[in-house]
Amino acid sequence: MLRIENVSVSFRGKAALDRLALEIAAGEVVSVLGPSGSGKSTLLRVVAGLQPPDSGRVLLDGEDLVSVPAHRRGIGLVFQDHALFHHRDVWGNVGFGLRMRGDSRQEIERRARYCLDLVGLAGYERRSILTLSGGEQQRVALARALAPEPRVLLLDEPLGSLDRRLRDRLLEDLAKIFDELRVTALHVTHDRAEAFALGDRVAVMRAGRIVQVGTPDELWARPADEDTARFLGLNVRDGTAVRPEAITVRPVAPDQGGDGVVRRAVRQGPTVKLEIELNSGETLEAVVAALAHPAPGDRVQIEVDEHGVSELSVEGPRALHGFDR
Amino acid sequence: MSARTWRGLTYGVPLAFLALFFVYPLVSIMERGLSSGDDLAAAIDVLTEPLTREVVWFTVWQAVVSTALTILIAFPASYVLGRYTFRGRGVALAVVTVPFVLPTVVVAIAFLAVLPERLERGSAAILIAHVFFNVAVVVRVVGTFWAGLDPRVSEAAATLGAGPWRSFREVTLPLLAPALAAAASIVFLFSFTSFGVVLILGGPRYSTLETEIYNQAVRMFDLRAAAVLALVQLVCVALAVWAATRLEAGLAVGGWRGREQDVLRPLRTPRERTFAAISLGALALFLGVPLAVLVERSLAVGGGHGFEAYRALGKPTNALLATPWEAVVNSIVYAGGATAIALVCGGLAAFAVAGSRRGGTRLLDGSLMLPLGASAVMLGFGFVIAFDTEPIDFRSLPWIVPVVQALVAIPFVVRIVAPTLRAIDERQREAAAVLGASPGRVRREIDLPVAGRALGVAAGFAFAISLGEFGATVFLARPDSPTLPVAIFRFLGRPGELNVGQAYALAVILMVAVALSILAIERLRRDRVSWF
Repeated sequence: MLRIENVSVSFRGKAALDRLALEIAAGEVVSVLGPSGSGKSTLLRVVAGLQPPDSGRVLLDGEDLVSVPAHRRGIGLVFQDHALFHHRDVWGNVGFGLRMRGDSRQEIERRARYCLDLVGLAGYERRSILTLSGGEQQRVALARALAPEPRVLLLDEPLGSLDRRLRDRLLEDLAKIFDELRVTALHVTHDRAEAFALGDRVAVMRAGRIVQVGTPDELWARPADEDTARFLGLNVRDGTAVRPEAITVRPVAPDQGGDGVVRRAVRQGPTVKLEIELNSGETLEAVVAALAHPAPGDRVQIEVDEHGVSELSVEGPRALHGFDR
Repeated sequence: MSARTWRGLTYGVPLAFLALFFVYPLVSIMERGLSSGDDLAAAIDVLTEPLTREVVWFTVWQAVVSTALTILIAFPASYVLGRYTFRGRGVALAVVTVPFVLPTVVVAIAFLAVLPERLERGSAAILIAHVFFNVAVVVRVVGTFWAGLDPRVSEAAATLGAGPWRSFREVTLPLLAPALAAAASIVFLFSFTSFGVVLILGGPRYSTLETEIYNQAVRMFDLRAAAVLALVQLVCVALAVWAATRLEAGLAVGGWRGREQDVLRPLRTPRERTFAAISLGALALFLGVPLAVLVERSLAVGGGHGFEAYRALGKPTNALLATPWEAVVNSIVYAGGATAIALVCGGLAAFAVAGSRRGGTRLLDGSLMLPLGASAVMLGFGFVIAFDTEPIDFRSLPWIVPVVQALVAIPFVVRIVAPTLRAIDERQREAAAVLGASPGRVRREIDLPVAGRALGVAAGFAFAISLGEFGATVFLARPDSPTLPVAIFRFLGRPGELNVGQAYALAVILMVAVALSILAIERLRRDRVSWF
């Protein structure tokens, strides 16, 4: 189990991590979701041992890691933009960690082959890094991190630099691999879809703190505060969060009034996101099945399903300073 | 090895080396130049002598004129290489660079061979030789900088109604200014401290500070006068470096720096092609003819051609206390030793310099460049004064020559290796650490392999520089074990056709040896690490 206790880091007086607390159970994947600049990467660097925290502890199975240098932690890190060794081929990259721990040649060969197989790059051993596509580089980076059997795997925006289609495919593969190996993983991203797809639990991060942790369903059902609700893509109305898929939209004749008018319609695969300007001037987002949907300019009547509405706490963000309650 | 030990090593070894072999000799010169009151009066006597004034004047004059001529002559080629891409562009850049790495003695003797007799010795010969040397600096510095300038800026000027000349004067030139200033200050410094060329081509009448230090110390045995002149030289060089830094800082313009492949465009119109052909062709002739004539002269025997001069190299001669072949062997052994020393000291310093950006590092970086500015003759003379008695007596120590040559080569090693180390993405080291590599292991697995090629390039340069080193070596090489440049110089000082022929022959051998080490470098560096 990885336990991050009240970790703070500041750079030139500005707090990147502010008494942050988070727990990850063995075999669990936690996705940290936050906008850029919220301190996500710093969190991973602290856990990996690349950035000493100003205060706080990082415990792995009860052992305090803070004084252990990065190379003795046994924690894997998949870097943003990969950070592959360009002066070594695929095999040299994947086998690097195994060589560092002193594995025999045969053992390195066996394990590296297994890992390349796992990420779908069998036969790539002798390829130069420079000849690989972005997606392939990402897979090598993953294989390299997995090869020495890290106690915890950290992933920093692992799919950030790839195009959408490739991302969706890699996302599935990643989820499969995590399942198969039962890895304990901490994954950070700014992408909602990525966090919800990979994380058993998702931790929402803002300004160096975790503001809410829960399963994707829990978060979606009960966002902690307005900002979180908005960041997750929910509507915020009168102190409540309204899920966009809980809104039914019915077109009405122009002279029949209705509740508002459609301003924009954006197709998102099988669904369409409608931006509706209500008569009150408020804007509401609704997601509807795309078979037949109102067009911009159409007047519509809306209906909200009670189950899709949740109260937001009025005290504003309650930071989770987990362990000294 | 702990991080502390390693840091200590990277700072300690280069600094100790500099302190003993650079600072100490320099302090010795100062001590000799102006120690007590009596001496001070004598020092002032030297300073007020008309000869001194004449020498300083000529030094400055020839440096300024050399710089102006070099920029003028190198500019068309810089333009062509900085704006256009064409087949053979890489070759052209490489060819232009060749003279820069040639030993001064070889260049001087090549111009002795090619110039008509009445121009052979004098200020014109000196100026032409300096241009020959430094064209490479201007073309590489200005040309590469030009190749990174946004061509759309000139296009914007054109759409705003500026003609080509107007656009060049008001847009391109101001943008180029930092590179021009940088190139000019390098050329000025090289010409100011030029030794071999002035000593050989200047004849007895023309003398710069550098050659006059040598004359006073070696020919007149007036060590005090030499020391005073060395101090004047030091002050002048320091002033020039200071002015150059100020100038470059004042001219620096930030902004868009493109990649060459986005900036360079093919030659399109016949006019462009003609211009490129003429400017590069003329430069190639200017650079190629003296070297070709040198080879031809080394083969001249009476009316015809033959290998007389080369055959004579194995036999004893009255010009040297060793056979010329022994000089060739000495040169290679000394240069090998110098390369090893320069790689260790310069390599460690590169690690220190690349490792952090703190004040101490900048200081180390700066002080490692000093031997370059202090000039070879100063180093050689400093060694003579500092190490003429126990505990270190240079005359009895064969390793003193490699040490002084290494001192000249170290700045180049640092300049070549440090940028490569700096260019390594920090996350690569972090990735290695996360995968279980200790700090020492990270250096071995990441830094060394990446820097390996740069170290190879640096070794080639250090070897080439040491082979051709003349200004310092001429003070320190023992008469019975001369190096190639020293042997060439001695042969030139003797009358007789065979002596001159042997000088030519040795120069050709030296040129080939240097060319071979440069060729080895070019094979190593597929990616350019810095401009030289």
